[in-house]
Amino acid sequence: MAPIRAPRLIHDEPSRADRTFNRVTMAAGLSVLVLLTLVGFFLMWQSRQAIQVTGPWQFLTRIEWRTDVQPARIGVAGLLTGTVLVAFVAIVIAVPFGVLAALAITEYASARLRKYLIGTVDLLAAVPSLLFGLWGFLFLSGYVVPLSRWLTENLGWIPLFKTDAGASLTGSIFIAGIVVSLMVLPIVTAIVREVFSQTPAGEKEAAFALGGTRWGMIRTVVLPYGKGGIIGGSMLGLGRALGETIAVALLLPGVPEVSRKILQNGGATVSGFIANRAGADSFTTSGLLAAGLVLFIITLATNMVASVVVSRSRSGVGVEI
Amino acid sequence: MTDTYEIVEPVVGTTPVSSQFGNGSVVRSETNGGRNSRRPREFTSADVWSLAGSAISAACLNWLIFARFSSGAGWFGILLCTYVTFVAIFAVVTADRLGRLVAVDRVVTVIVMSAGVIVMVPLVLLVAYILVQGVKALRLTFFVHDQTGITPVLPATAGGGAHALVGTIEQVGLALLWSLPLGLAAAVFLNESRSKWRRPVRIFVDAMSGLPSIVAGLFIFAVLIIPFGTSGGLFGFNGFMASLALALVMLPTITRTVEVVLRLVPDGLREASLAMGASRARTVWSVVFPTARTGMTTAVVLGIARAVGETAPLLFTAFGYDLMNSNPFSGAQESLPLFVYRNIRKPDVNAIARGFSGALVLMLLVLVLFAIARFIGSDHSKRRNARASKNKVPAKNATPLDLTSTMFKGDLQS
Amino acid sequence: MTDLISRSTTLGRSTETPPPRMQSGRVELIGGPPPGPASIEAVDACAWFGDHLVLEGVDLLMPAGEVTALIGPSGCGKSTFLRLLNRMHELIPGAALDGKILLGGSDIYEVGRRAQQIRTRIGMVFQKPNPFPAMSIRENVLSGLKLARIKCDDKDGLVEQSLVRASLWKEVRDRLDRPGGALSGGQQQRLCIARSLAVQPNVLLMDEPCSALDPTSTGRVEETIAELRGDVTVVIVTHNMQQAQRVSDHCAFFLAEENQPGFVVEKGLTRDMFTNPIDSRTLNYVQGRFG
Repeated sequence: MAPIRAPRLIHDEPSRADRTFNRVTMAAGLSVLVLLTLVGFFLMWQSRQAIQVTGPWQFLTRIEWRTDVQPARIGVAGLLTGTVLVAFVAIVIAVPFGVLAALAITEYASARLRKYLIGTVDLLAAVPSLLFGLWGFLFLSGYVVPLSRWLTENLGWIPLFKTDAGASLTGSIFIAGIVVSLMVLPIVTAIVREVFSQTPAGEKEAAFALGGTRWGMIRTVVLPYGKGGIIGGSMLGLGRALGETIAVALLLPGVPEVSRKILQNGGATVSGFIANRAGADSFTTSGLLAAGLVLFIITLATNMVASVVVSRSRSGVGVEI
Repeated sequence: MTDTYEIVEPVVGTTPVSSQFGNGSVVRSETNGGRNSRRPREFTSADVWSLAGSAISAACLNWLIFARFSSGAGWFGILLCTYVTFVAIFAVVTADRLGRLVAVDRVVTVIVMSAGVIVMVPLVLLVAYILVQGVKALRLTFFVHDQTGITPVLPATAGGGAHALVGTIEQVGLALLWSLPLGLAAAVFLNESRSKWRRPVRIFVDAMSGLPSIVAGLFIFAVLIIPFGTSGGLFGFNGFMASLALALVMLPTITRTVEVVLRLVPDGLREASLAMGASRARTVWSVVFPTARTGMTTAVVLGIARAVGETAPLLFTAFGYDLMNSNPFSGAQESLPLFVYRNIRKPDVNAIARGFSGALVLMLLVLVLFAIARFIGSDHSKRRNARASKNKVPAKNATPLDLTSTMFKGDLQS
Repeated sequence: MTDLISRSTTLGRSTETPPPRMQSGRVELIGGPPPGPASIEAVDACAWFGDHLVLEGVDLLMPAGEVTALIGPSGCGKSTFLRLLNRMHELIPGAALDGKILLGGSDIYEVGRRAQQIRTRIGMVFQKPNPFPAMSIRENVLSGLKLARIKCDDKDGLVEQSLVRASLWKEVRDRLDRPGGALSGGQQQRLCIARSLAVQPNVLLMDEPCSALDPTSTGRVEETIAELRGDVTVVIVTHNMQQAQRVSDHCAFFLAEENQPGFVVEKGLTRDMFTNPIDSRTLNYVQGRFG
């Protein structure tokens, strides 16, 4: 019988420079770890106070937010509804345009047009959301209100587009969603563009060689390949939309409520609500921290799902989420 | 429906010649080394006529319907109906001319290109709006005065935002001081070391990039200001607290972006250095960093551009202040985004106009930083390409644009 | 025969009724290319990449139903020439050409022709096998029909016929619904051949189809090429001279001097070129003195 072979253990004595290097970088990595653990811990610790007073289940399901009564009645249900609705509108607008823009950049545009498109998307990402909120509040609002009116008058039978008679159409979730979609668009476009550009050239050539048109090739090769990236990019954009603060703080009235009437005035998101209460007392702060923690957990979950979806798909192997 | 066509006669000369005959395709001819080369093109003049004709007839049809037969439709409704009609007419015309397969392809092309154009519209409108509104009240005194003694009666040009600029510079500067070294070292840890702690650290960094920036500010407020800063001082509302909140927001972004840049450095370079007997530390310092220097600089500049525009973390920490306070460690401090935010919300018109001038300054500042980042990146790759073509070595590009996308992919809140 | 070939010049939508089956057992396609092999001829063909001339003055007739091999050292424009034949060259930004490519007598680059239609009549198999991984084997074979909107009443029959012609049927007949990417390299390449054959092209171009394959698969592909003779005109680029001798009827030897465009040194019947070449450069190449 032949002797069984086993590998030899390898030893390497690190130099002094390497030892220092390892220690310094390890210290940096671990301090980041520790720092962020501390942040997480203190977030939970500080929000403890408010949760204890209201009860965790009530906190999640109560709509109103009143600190003037004893015991205080605060809850995030209204805030979460607003957050989700704004994000929903933003995603519905941003994802189709983002995918189409990514297609335009990678498959359709000439070199010059491509530069302009990429520049536009990057600039949209660079502009601070404060300016978006400002523009939305003082400029876009005026133009969207007639659109909201048209929607509610002609398509008001769709439950989402119903409004109360005589209700104001400014400061609506719809307008906020449109503004937020402009901030989500660059994220979706960037990720989907990267994914589309990594489509294997051999398959694209094969589709052309078989007599396919450009759309036929995209339908057969690019879109199936990019499916994972599109979903991942959308979810990452969703995370962004959920966390948007300043634009929403400027656009929405900030009254917590559960309402499907996105075309009329009203609603609040978690982060916008917090932003409008800067400098509050310690109990309210604790409540706000609890609300922020809930939002953080939701955003975290969304991003984790996005990472998993993208890395599992064919297209996601090289993509950075 | 059968096509009539004629063969193009190549024209001697260097100007491209296009021929249009009935359904013929456009062919550009140029002289090239004594011969006439052709570049077959798919888009013919007949296609252009189809597009134009469809657009015009759609517009006329919709005008007819909306002006004569209907009323009260908003601008959006008319635009949407016109666009849909245009696409429908174009689809039918092309299907009749060239068959369904090509018609579908052309319609998709039209839709994709219009989406590309539509995407550019909001940016143009936004920049133009801020420009127009901000220029009205912006004077050079903006950069010198603060808001001392400003009442609603005074015009918008009175006072200035110097205190806000000082605040921004100090807060962002301090935030960079806390987050840049740590972020850089963490990125090196993630990419260059072989520790088993890399995975947890990376997961934590990714998780923390999802922290809403308002919560970061709220966190500093609750954990430091409320318990320790009730009487002002180091832990009261001040620029230092704001810088801590900003650092908390910037740290994950800087770590991830620098890590991406480091990863772009080819492994072959590291291997070559190690093979010559260099330690890992020396490899990083002498080989990886110089190669990644441009990318890292771009990442830092982009990080600054983002931090400058952050408003949410400042609301609970620096709080805002109307007078000049150049000491970030004591007393509430203003900052550029706070200046804009607080003035926009005031009811009087002059304050709003003042807010706009601040917004214009902010926008220009961000755009300038952005342009610097692009310039650094492209300048380097241009020089690299020039060197490479001289040495006949294939050049590699960490395109600055890709870096921007990576940067803002990490931007999940504001 | 000439009737069918002249019918191949119709432009625009193919609404004509297909001619009766030429060979027995051939599955009928509706809206596809006119069946049967066609000759393809290059007349004074030149190719540019930007300002860089890479191919000059190629005159070559590849007769219908026969196998023509393009041989020569690497970098002399053989693959570029091949891509001129099915209008894939123009997909590269900055690419330009001159001269004519005649399919059954009419120029495929004529003003008014659509490249997409040409490519249903002139198929291509690439060096690296590229089946569509998101589709099953069956869907892969039928993908050409879907892409070019060709109809067929007997899809199962067509799948079987194409896989039989590509010598793959026996190996995959009971797993047609498995994904196309889950095959070995040689099987993937034969799947790509089956996919190209399903649209029943007049000409099949092959760009070094065996260079990424092991010897057994190479043998199977060469068998396939031999069986295609008479049905389809085959033009194959190959580095392997023994392969050229084994499979081809005609041969063209390409060469390019340093920094000069490629051109055809000699062309003719394969057996003549290998046993009794006219040009000394051809003699040196086929005897392996350079490569």
